[in-house]
Order: sequence, then C-alpha cells, then structure tokens
Amino acid sequence: MLSCKDATRRMSEAEDRELGLGERLELGMHLALCKGCRNYQQHLQVLRDACRGYREELTNPEKE
Amino acid sequence: MSYHGGIDARATEAAIVPPASIDNAFVEQVRHDMLAFAQLQLRDAALAEDAVQDALTAALTSGKDFAGRSALKTWVFGILRHKIVDLIRQQSRTTPVSAFGGDEDSLDQAFDALFKENAHWQPAHRPAALGDPESSLRDKHFWAVFDACLTHLPKNTARVFMMREFLELDTGEVCSAAGISTSNCHVILHRARSALRGCLEKSWFLAGERPC
Repeated sequence: MLSCKDATRRMSEAEDRELGLGERLELGMHLALCKGCRNYQQHLQVLRDACRGYREELTNPEKE
Repeated sequence: MSYHGGIDARATEAAIVPPASIDNAFVEQVRHDMLAFAQLQLRDAALAEDAVQDALTAALTSGKDFAGRSALKTWVFGILRHKIVDLIRQQSRTTPVSAFGGDEDSLDQAFDALFKENAHWQPAHRPAALGDPESSLRDKHFWAVFDACLTHLPKNTARVFMMREFLELDTGEVCSAAGISTSNCHVILHRARSALRGCLEKSWFLAGERPC
C-alpha cells in the first residue's frame, strides 16, 4: 500500500505524465481508503483551476 | 503560434507604426499585463522588461493586419511566451537549474513535517475538504493571496512550475528548457504544488473571515 506521502507525489506526477496501469490502480486504491489524500487531490484541482484563472485573467484578449 | 526567430532583427530596425485601432492606452494595458506575466516567471525585472519590449515591438512593427485588439493581445502573448522560454533556456545553459538548494530544503522540510514517521498524515495536518472552492476563485482577496503564494516560491521552483502551468508546456519541454532530468522535473513540480497548496491552505482556506 502506498504511503500518503508517496500518494501525493503520484498525484502530482499524474498531472505531468501518463501513469502506468499498476501505478493508477495503486493510487486509486489508496484514495478509496484515505480521506486526507482525497482532500489533497481536491486541493490540487483547486490549484490547477486557480492557475488557469490567473493565466486567463492576464492573457484574456477580451479584457479592456 | 506564428512567432519565428527572424522577427526581432526586423522589429528593431523598423519604425513603430501601430495599426490605428491600437491606441496608447490599450498598449499600456497590454504592457502592464505582459510585465506582470513575465516578471512572475522570470523573477528578474530587467529581463522581464526586455522580453515585453521585444514582444510588443515585434507585434507593432510586424505589418500584420490585426483583426482587432483581442487578436493583437493573443498574438503578442504568444510571442512573449516564446521569449520567456528562450530566456530560461539561455540562462539554464550558463546557470543550470538545481533541484536542490537552501530555499528548496526548507520547503521540503515543511512538507515532511506534515507526515508521521510512517509517511502517513499527521492528524493535525491532514488536508481537509474545501466547502466551496469555486467561490474563492471569484473573490478578489483570494487572488491577492494566490499572487503572494506564487511570489514566495523560490526562483527555480517557480520557473519550472510556471513553464508547466502558465506557459502550458508539456513536461518534456519544461525539463529541456530548464536543462534538468525528467525525475528532477517531477520533484520540482511536486514541491511547487505542495508549497502552493500549503500556502493557500494556511493563508486562505484556514485563515477564516477576512477582517474587511
């Protein structure tokens, strides 16, 4: 079973490369059992949304 | 993207004759946004200023017939993205991006402190579910906190993270521009995300009501 620390690393890597089947299963199993890491995953999603929002705000061509 | 290397030389030679619809106020606004974008990533005011100036000059002297202001802004940001990556690439040739350093060590220590000996969460630091994160993204105070969190990232960590998230390069391109191995790239990106997540949690999501 993955540790929480390894799970956070794997969640980050999932954003940057395609995880192998085994890696995905292991992470999925960990997340199914671990609320803290599911919440971490939500936080990463919020971070991604925030980065997109920030980028779009600066580069938005419609902004006057 | 329509940027190509040859445009710089022509741009510096030619007189600046912007299309009629592009007034000074608009150019100033675009320049302001470009500078914020470049400064955040390069962490070097002079380099950022140069990159912005080059990109703007290239756009305004390109002779390209922009369909309107938004077309210009899209185009000029496209050029700026390439300039920023080029600058990072050049710098990483002379000063390689290191995955480790004093600032990075303290981020790693802060991250390690979230976990028990067995690498599972310390109960006090276990991430909590966020109730309504979408409402934060509509709050202008959130963006001030986010900006501060980005600014607090160490320079190398910030550059790598922002190439990935702001310049939208794929991981291979990021590693190559920074001159680092894929595994170091993953280490840096994970560190950046953990640090930003921690910063937002501490300074925003757990900070409660703003005083005003």
